[in-house]
Amino acid sequence: MSRSSCRVLLFALTAVAPRLLAQTPPAETPQQPAPPQPVPTPTPEPTPTPAPAPVAPAGSSKVFNPDMAVIGDFLAAAGRNRTDNPPPSFELHEAELSLQAVVDPYARADFFFSYSPEGAEVEEGFITFTSLPGKLLLKAGKLRAGFGKVNTQHTHILPWTDRPLVTQNLLGGDEGIADAGLSLARLLPIGSTFLEATAEVYRGESGVFQAPQRSDLSYVGRLRGYRDITESTNFELGSSIAYGHNGITDDTTTQLYGVDATFRWRPLRRAIYRRLLARGELVWSRAEKQSGANESFGAYVSSEYQFARRWFAGARFDVSGRAYEDVPKDKGGSLLLTFWPSEFSQVRGQYRYTKLGTGETNNEFLFQLLFSIGAHGAHTF
Amino acid sequence: MNRLLPLVLILASAPPARAAVNVVASTEDLASLTREVGGDKVTVQAIARGYQDPHFVEAKPSFITMLMRTQLLIVVGRELEIGWLPPLINQSRNAKIQPGSDGYLDASLSARILEIPTGQLTRAMGDVHPLGNPHYWLDPENGRRIAGAVRDRLAKLDPANASYFASRYADFDARLSAAEKRWMAAMAPYKGTKIVTYHRSWPNFCERFGLDVMGYVEPKPGIPPSPSHTIALMQEMKRQNVKIVLVEPYFDLKTPNSIGRETGAKVLVMPPSVGGEKEITDYIKLFDYDVKLVVDGLKAAGAAAR
Repeated sequence: MSRSSCRVLLFALTAVAPRLLAQTPPAETPQQPAPPQPVPTPTPEPTPTPAPAPVAPAGSSKVFNPDMAVIGDFLAAAGRNRTDNPPPSFELHEAELSLQAVVDPYARADFFFSYSPEGAEVEEGFITFTSLPGKLLLKAGKLRAGFGKVNTQHTHILPWTDRPLVTQNLLGGDEGIADAGLSLARLLPIGSTFLEATAEVYRGESGVFQAPQRSDLSYVGRLRGYRDITESTNFELGSSIAYGHNGITDDTTTQLYGVDATFRWRPLRRAIYRRLLARGELVWSRAEKQSGANESFGAYVSSEYQFARRWFAGARFDVSGRAYEDVPKDKGGSLLLTFWPSEFSQVRGQYRYTKLGTGETNNEFLFQLLFSIGAHGAHTF
Repeated sequence: MNRLLPLVLILASAPPARAAVNVVASTEDLASLTREVGGDKVTVQAIARGYQDPHFVEAKPSFITMLMRTQLLIVVGRELEIGWLPPLINQSRNAKIQPGSDGYLDASLSARILEIPTGQLTRAMGDVHPLGNPHYWLDPENGRRIAGAVRDRLAKLDPANASYFASRYADFDARLSAAEKRWMAAMAPYKGTKIVTYHRSWPNFCERFGLDVMGYVEPKPGIPPSPSHTIALMQEMKRQNVKIVLVEPYFDLKTPNSIGRETGAKVLVMPPSVGGEKEITDYIKLFDYDVKLVVDGLKAAGAAAR
């Protein structure tokens, strides 16, 4: 439930596919005042006067097509990286295809297919039941687990070109915890505080959890609270827990505990020019091995500031142990500069310094080009 | 919540004639029109503030709580809110306000919409609205139509008060008509005056009051000003003797001000919505304010009154 974006509106202003309009009869030119005319929307509403020309019925077969979008994530890297798997010089890191639509009066569906050099996969594909009683929201399908903030976010809405070290080390690598299962979220508003509790159950096949048997499910729980401080500032606090078999042996399990905090500032009168987001996430991991268990800790603190209509500057500090190795913590820091030519494309540079617990240091410059076509649904906060 | 549940049930089972209809409007303009019609039989909250760019509202969780309890959601439509309202509706857990339900009212379906594009559209045109210009509430005639649609919908949700809503509407209609005469008379001397606006927010306003929008500070909808476009615009403004530039309160004044210095045109910060300035507390006051602003601006700029 807690899919979130620090930049809610990136790629969010979407256009209905032009095909809809191609079907609209050219009854009048844009300069001339147009008489009230029903456009082909699925919601029938009375109009004050009859339509001057019937809307081409040929459009109706396409009206129910889902919103479609493709987002390209092109990544370039330079500098020193002595790890086994450095980012390549140039890479189409990901092409994400999204198909989103309402299923029926009770549900909607969202599919995100990810094509990357590692292959094609369903990044997420789920149905959301929007009309359940008891303020419940149920999702079923393959989901990014609601553990913390960054784990729920797709690559293209991250404020960085990469994912933090703690995601890589403790939450199962680049993809994080994404698995097939169910997610049930309930709102518990107390006064003006927004509280949401989420309970999720998964099959146990992700970067962290591997179920030796069908009955070895993994579980994720989350409680988040949100409060408006003023009309321009707000604060969000979340805590998460995850538990499941890790697949090292038939009995070994991993427990994860997370805390995240987000502060946002965005003055309403200048909302398109200025904003600040500061966020930190802490994760504790206890992973059982053949002999004993390895306990580790990881965190990141990140901030992004918009200083002009199209410009953002950001920084991130990373620290993280490793899930199964008892080595000194990996540490890192990044500086970022992002430029938006429009809401539908984005250019980003990131300087990244990493000092691995094993002693090596990496100094890299990463360059990212994000571009989107089609209608991509708006992101949740 | 468990402790609140009995209370919620009591409220829900109360006879509809007693309980006010709980309405959320996406903007303060729609909220104001709903108050005109609904009177004390409705409670109305707006999501976007009048001084905020309605294209870029944040989908804050506090709005989810607001939508969770509402019986009627009134939206501007024409994709104005597409960047933020759909996720709020999805997470509202409120079946009543899902699009297509009686509790969802798209105000644009009763209004006269301008600038509906025909032919092929691409994003090379900027943030063009494929379903037409969504700033349609800035024509009082559309305000009247929206109020009519709200009256009909409220009557459907609360039939016991249908005649109350009808008489409130009739009263608003009369006051609006009287005010319109005033506004038209004030603007009449300036019919055909050429102006420049920042964004394409004013086609309905300008059509109603006889202003001629000759250009925009934005090179394309949603695209920030560029030097080459600004230079071309200033040249054209001088050639056509344009005296005023209208800027919505949420845009940066740097470029408009330099256009003003260069061309001698007056830059007016003109609120397109109720709440855009403190004294604009309702729909009729919005036009009172804007018409006075334009008339005073044109007078001060010495535009020839014909």
